[in-house]
This record gives sequence, structure tokens and C-alpha cells, in this order.
Amino acid sequence: MAETTQNGAGQAGSGSAPHTLLGADELILNMGPQHPSTHGVLRVKLKLDGERVAGSECVIGYLHRGVEKIAEHRSYQQFAPYVDRMDYVAAVSNGLGYCEAVEKLMGVEAPPRAKVIRTLLTELQRIASHLLWLATHALDIGALTPLFYCFREREEILKILEKYCGARLTTHAFRIGGLQYDAYDTMEKDVERFCADFLKRIVEYEDLLTGNRIWLGRTKGVGVLSGEDAIAMGVTGPVLRASGVQWDIRKAMPYAAYDQFEFDIPIGKNGDTFDRYVVRMEEMRQSVRICRQAIGKIPAGPILAKVGKVLKPPVGEVYHAIEAPKGELGYYIVSDGTVQPYRVRIRPPSFVNLQAFDKMARGHLVADVVAIIGTLDIVLGEVDR
Amino acid sequence: MLDKVIFYFFAAIAVGSALLMITRRSAVHSAIFLTTTLLATAGIFLQLRAEFLFIVQIILYVGGIMVLFIFVIMLVNLDVAAQQIQYSRQKWVALALALALAGQVGAMLWRAGKLPGQGLLVRGVPAAESLPPNAEAVARSLFGPYMLSFEIASLLLLVAMIGAVVMAKKKV
Amino acid sequence: MTDIINILRQHSFLVIALVKCGLLLFILLTVLAYLSLFERKVLAHIQSRWGPYRVGPHGLLQPLADGLKFLFKEDPMPAGVDRFVFLLAPFLSLALALTSLAVIPFGPQPLRFSILGTQYETSLGIVDLNIGLLVLFAITALGVYGVALAGWASNSKYPLLGGLRSSAQMMSYELALTMSVVGVILMAGSFNLREIVTAQEGRMFFGLLPRWNVIAGPFPQIIGFFCYFVAAIAETNRAPFDLPEAESELVAGFNTEYASFKFAMFFMGEYANMITVSCLATIMFFGGWTSPFPSAWSWTHFIPSALLAVLGVLLLIDGIRYETILGKLVLPGVGTALCALSALLLFFAPVNNYIQGPFWFLLKVFIFIFFYVWMRGTLPRFRYDQLMAIGWKILLPLSIANVLLTSLGILKWGLR
Repeated sequence: MAETTQNGAGQAGSGSAPHTLLGADELILNMGPQHPSTHGVLRVKLKLDGERVAGSECVIGYLHRGVEKIAEHRSYQQFAPYVDRMDYVAAVSNGLGYCEAVEKLMGVEAPPRAKVIRTLLTELQRIASHLLWLATHALDIGALTPLFYCFREREEILKILEKYCGARLTTHAFRIGGLQYDAYDTMEKDVERFCADFLKRIVEYEDLLTGNRIWLGRTKGVGVLSGEDAIAMGVTGPVLRASGVQWDIRKAMPYAAYDQFEFDIPIGKNGDTFDRYVVRMEEMRQSVRICRQAIGKIPAGPILAKVGKVLKPPVGEVYHAIEAPKGELGYYIVSDGTVQPYRVRIRPPSFVNLQAFDKMARGHLVADVVAIIGTLDIVLGEVDR
Repeated sequence: MLDKVIFYFFAAIAVGSALLMITRRSAVHSAIFLTTTLLATAGIFLQLRAEFLFIVQIILYVGGIMVLFIFVIMLVNLDVAAQQIQYSRQKWVALALALALAGQVGAMLWRAGKLPGQGLLVRGVPAAESLPPNAEAVARSLFGPYMLSFEIASLLLLVAMIGAVVMAKKKV
Repeated sequence: MTDIINILRQHSFLVIALVKCGLLLFILLTVLAYLSLFERKVLAHIQSRWGPYRVGPHGLLQPLADGLKFLFKEDPMPAGVDRFVFLLAPFLSLALALTSLAVIPFGPQPLRFSILGTQYETSLGIVDLNIGLLVLFAITALGVYGVALAGWASNSKYPLLGGLRSSAQMMSYELALTMSVVGVILMAGSFNLREIVTAQEGRMFFGLLPRWNVIAGPFPQIIGFFCYFVAAIAETNRAPFDLPEAESELVAGFNTEYASFKFAMFFMGEYANMITVSCLATIMFFGGWTSPFPSAWSWTHFIPSALLAVLGVLLLIDGIRYETILGKLVLPGVGTALCALSALLLFFAPVNNYIQGPFWFLLKVFIFIFFYVWMRGTLPRFRYDQLMAIGWKILLPLSIANVLLTSLGILKWGLR
């Protein structure tokens, strides 16, 4: 807020625009990086006409840690925990993408048991990530209560993860070539109990929100993104699917054990905030479906393929993408035959999805801006890397 | 006794804040002191047992019009206005006008004082209990003998409102 | 000495009024403090949490801790603020909110007592004005100043936007708020709050239902009540209309730059406003202090003591099982005291009869306040333009239609 002058708070910005409210100049509003609803350290510069957004610019990089550069100085295994710190609310998915990319580079395949357990944990993580999205999104729109409900259920997932690998948030659950830990004894029972419970809870959220006229008023027609625009900007994940494009890497290019399970890809029609909400809610249900199928189907066998203590992939390059909770998470790894990758490039879904922000926010009110940031479901750790 | 104390109390506030209003540089301060003046005047109305007028003064002037003033002042650029030295050219004209007005008022007060029992100050206010409810009295006269003028006034206001809407619409 | 007593006796009206002001202020500030605890507790239970639990048993000393914190926190003055207005705004907010309670009558019968052999009589409530309702609306109309000036004086953009929003919001909803009660005024034929309640005494529908404005009369004021309640929530800036302080959009709105006791003033002002509008809703639509039961049912007079007894027993049981020693000592003590109070009420019939009016009044106000908190826990927030649309396009026409229909009803069927 450095631009404010004494008693001239309403007149920052110098470009004169005679059509604005009462002839006052356009107001430049800095949202973030320390703002309660920019989900971390996103800074959005908004050009306001009254309370209407005339333009916007996202300023990112406040959380830049140079993850890709760090990779060049770590061995392949050493780098694995770093990817957990990108999308830190969906660490399991990040790890899955990285491990599978390295496996692909090395020409190794994880054993079937590992694959199913990986799928199970990743889907649980997807639910957790979507729950966090719902909690914060609803809070941004002013509903306090879903936050606590969602965190209650997320807690159960984190407990399962904790029992599995000892960590709750940055889990480092998988290893290159499979798993380090086998499923614990009561894991299937825990997951089954969670799934049964969660299907009831999700109705509670929908009771609070789906039919609520205020919620509808705040989300319908807000931040519309057409399918063409979404494809043109490379938007992926639920944001893309809500715009009516049926694209899910789990179906299109199955990885892990997704080809063994039945599930549907929910798509939206209008590409507005409400559709994105519906799509994500339905995705949580589909994730429960996958988890339930996986419970009965965990095959016996080894959990770790034969990989050496020192990983030396052959010279070459690989691109592997998975459907992370937020969209397509891709790893592009170039190997020069040494123990360290020559180059790692990560395609984070949040970073690409954030591009659509300006298009979605233009012409809406400030209050919609927080709804749109919320509906994009970005994690700044992933945007900035 | 109490009546007089209350009257002079409010009158002092009204005059004092009116002076402050015209001497403040900041427009918002001026607006606040104008509000104070209006409130003090409302207090005088109440002291004269004109409850309805008191309330209307507060609701309309303080609660409505002055809020709009402040609303506008908050929005428009004050820096420019504060830099201009206002009224500098009209200083002498203003002084002459003020003196003329003071002379007029003084002459009137002096002449009124000379007439026996015809002072301008209202004396012997009837006790509050003996008066009919003020709001009812106002309503009776508004909808009774002054019906036509009341309706004309409301029509005028309606026209003004529609005019404002039309003017605002054109810009959009 | 005798001179002083004589002077006091001569101006007993003023003295009693001052004493009542002090008493009401004391009670009100305590209630405000505990209202914040109540809100936090109810919200917590709605959200499957426990709420404050650490300071005192069941967090009962939490308001005290909060108050101390507000008092002892650093009171910063941001650079570039307009000092005079910056200080004035919170004072205005709180003072106006507290003033408005002066005209609320809390019970039907005057209180009689004697000091030094002289009989005095005073009503429950500070003043009883002919234009009580109008005074309330006048004060409500002034309430916008605190918020608007705070937003402007902070010299910061979020507060400015918050201030602008609130000015616009309060001005818009004032219209609907005022129009929505015109029907009640028509039916009571008075601006006096006491008379408005008196007009609602009596029974209807074979004596089964009370003659409250919301259901009775030539034209039941159910529409009026709806408009009033929605407009009142908006006027007090509470969820789902809490746009001026929408934390997710405008950080904290107009009070972003305020801290310490100045913030506490805004906070208390908001709660006081909540109480005022709840009192007003009770008076105008729900018969004020009249009981919902027929007066022939004399057993209903024991409801206050029954409630006290139930509460006391619950506290007793809970206190014995409480984890901390303090709770084990305090809670059963309070529970026993409540039980004793309820027993005393049974023995002193005149006192029991006297508190009937205030009891029902406060119970209704309490229910309204519970509603406020409930809504905050359930609903998302409206957007600014939606809020304006509701105020101007729904509430205002509805309340005007209500006025029309009520006047037609009175013309057709007369007053009752």
C-alpha cells in the first residue's frame, strides 16, 4: 500500500479515465502478498473502476526456492523429498509423478502391489487436497463452517498417511521403483471406514452450499472460462473439465494402477465457479469409488522393484505427467548418465492455471476476485517452485 | 432555568462549530463540524418541544444529507482543493456582505427590543404535557390545510429523483 | 448535608435517570462481553469445535481476558492518519450504539421503592419518549458516521473501500428498515414503544394465540417482520451482510488500521447494535414483554424458576465431573446459587410476578441473538451488488407494499 498519499487514498494511480465513478481516477489495489485470501504469497495488482476489476496482473515468485536448480545438484533419490514441497497440500501426488518419471527414464516398473497402494494413497490425497480447496474457497466467500467440517475429514486422511509413513504433510511416501513401506495392517479397514463416513459428510457440505441461494449467487456466472480459452491457455485439471473439456490423464494416459479401476470423469457445462465446485465435489466421490475398489484389490507381492542403491539412468530424456488434484503435473527429466539429473523441468498445474486469472476476473467485482482465486485452487509453493 | 441552560448550551455549540466549520482546511473536518451544528440546532428544537422537527432534522440532515456529503468528499480528490487558497479574491466582498448582514440583524434586534413585550425570544413555552403529540400535529396540518403544497413538494422531489436516475443512466 | 439531600430529592427524576443509566451501562457492558463468549461458543458447536475452554471453567473468564488484552495492547497510530477523525470514529460508534438502548422499555410495571421515607416510582427503561421509535431510527441513521469516518481517516485503501461499502449499505437499508415498521406504527397509532407493546396485549383465536403484530391485527406484519429482520442484519453489518468487514476481501474493512481499545469500541458497538435491533424486533413484532401463553395459565409463571432450576442442576452435574479444580469448585457453586434463586422466586410471589415481563422480553431478545449467531455459522456472504439489489429491489418494494396492505386492512376492518 505504498502508493497512498495523505487523505488521497481514493486517488492513487495517475492515468486519467473520465468514465470512472465520479470522475475519480482508477484505483490500483494491491492484493497480497500478505492478504488473507490470496492463498499464500500471491500478489495481485488490480486496476479497479469503483469496485469493478478493469485489469489485473499476478506478481509471483515470493516463494521461489529454485527447486528445479536444486535437482541438478542432488541424486535422483535425494531430490524426491523436494517435490513434496511444491504442492504441499498434495505431497503424495507430487511424489508419485516424480517417482514414475524416473522409473520411466530407467525403464523400471513398480510391482503391482506398489502400484495399487500408490493409487490408493494418491486418491486419498486428492480428496484431502480438494477438501482444503473447499474449506478455503467457502471461507473466501464468507461461509465459515465448511472450513471446520472439511478439516475434520482431512484430518482422517492425514491420520492414515501418518500411520502409513509417519508424516502428515510432506510425506515422501513413495520411492523410486515402488514403496519403502508396505501397507500397515489395518490400512484397508481405516480407508473403508473413512470412505463410508466421508460419503455421508459430503452430503453435509452440499447441504450447506449447493442449494444455498447466496452460494449460487456468488458462484454462478462468476469467472467464466470457455473450453477454447482453457485449452488455448493450457489450463488443466478440474478447471479445464468444468469448462466442458473431458480431459483427465488418469483416463487418457493411464499411469499407476488407474487402468484397473472404474471411475467417471465429471465435466461441467458453463465453466463458471459453480461448475468447478460441482466438478470437484463429484471428483471427491469418484475418488472414494476408486479407493473402495482398491481396498479389495491390493495384490500380494513385493513392493519395491529391483533398483540399485545408486541410480544411474541411461542418457536420455523423459516427460511424464500425472493428473494431480490441481491438474496436469509433468516432470521433464534429462539424464546425462550420471547420478544427478542434468536438467529437471516441472510443469506445475497451479502455475499454468493461474494464467487464466486475468481473463476470468476482468469485469467482475473485488469480491469475485477472491472467489476466482479460490476456484483456481492454486498453491503458491507450486506456482513459484 | 434549566430551559435557558440547555438553550445556551446548544446555541454555544452551534455557533462554535459553525465557526470551526468555515475555518477548517480539511473538507471532512468541515463536514463533521457542520454535522455538529445541525445536531446542536436539533437540540434547540427539542428544547422548544418540537420533537418531530428534532427527529426530522437528525434523520434527514444528519443521517441522510450529511452522510452523502461525506461520501462524496471521501471519493473526490481533496489534494487539489486544499492547495487552492479559497475565497482569496472575494475577501473584501465577503467582509462587506457580512457587515451588511450584521447591521441588518442588529437593527432588527434593536427595534424589536424597543417595542413593549414584543421581543423576538419566545417566552413562556407551554409545558410539554399540555401539548398534543407533536408528530400527530405535524401530520394533521400536512395532510389537512397544506395538503396541496405537500403533494406539490413530493411531486417535485419525485421529478428530481427521476431526473437524477436518467442522468446517471446516460453515463453507463 | 440536609441541603444536598433536599436538592437531590427535588431533582429525583434526574438522579434516578442517572442511576439507571449507570446501571444499564454496567449490565450492558457485561452482557456485551459475555455475548462475545456466547457467539464463540455457539459458533464453535456449530462447527464441531469446543470454543474457548481454557480461561476459567468452560471459558467463562474468557471475556475478562479479552477485555484485559484490549486494554493493555499497544495502541498504535498509523502514519498519515487524520488523528482527530481517527479517534472520533470509534467513540461515535460505541456512544451511539449505547445511546440507542436508552429508549427501550424492558418491562410493563414501574418499579416502586422508597429511600429515606420517600416513595419513588420509575419505569424499567431509561426514558419513555413519545417518539421513541423515531429516536431509535435517528440514532441508527447516525451510526453510519463511525464506520464511514473510520474508513476515511485510516488513510489506507482497504479501510476506505470498507467505509464506502458500509456507508452505501447502511443508507440503502435504512430506507427498508424504516419502511418495514410503518405497518406496526399504523396499527399501534403511536411512536411510543411502550404503547406499541400495549397495543399487542390480549389474546385471539379462542385465546390460544397472543395478539402479536407478527400474526395478528387487520393485516399480520409477517412481511414487515421479514423486511425488518433482513434490513436489521444488514444495518448491523452482520453475516451474511457483513461486507464492510469482509475479512477475505477487504482484510478487516473499515477497522483494519484499528487496534487495542479503539478496536474494542467498534466491536462492542456492533454487539450493542445487535441487542438494540433484537429488542426492537421483540417490541414491534413479538409483543415485547407479553407472555406467549394465556394469562389464565398461572403455571406459566413458574417457567423462569423452572429454567433456572434446570440450568442450575445441569451446571451442578457438569461441575462435579469437570476436569479442573477451579471448575469443580466454581461450577457447582454457581449451579447451587441458580437453584437457590429459583427456589426463592417460588417463595416470593410478588417478585416472581414482577419479573415475568422482563423475563419474556429478554428471552425473545436472546432468541433473536441466537438467530444472528446461527446465521453467521451457516451462510456465505453476499456480494456487494447482490446486497444492493436485495435492499432496493426486494426489501424496499416489499415493505412499501406492506404499508399499503396494512393501511387497506385498517381501512377495511378497522383496528382489531
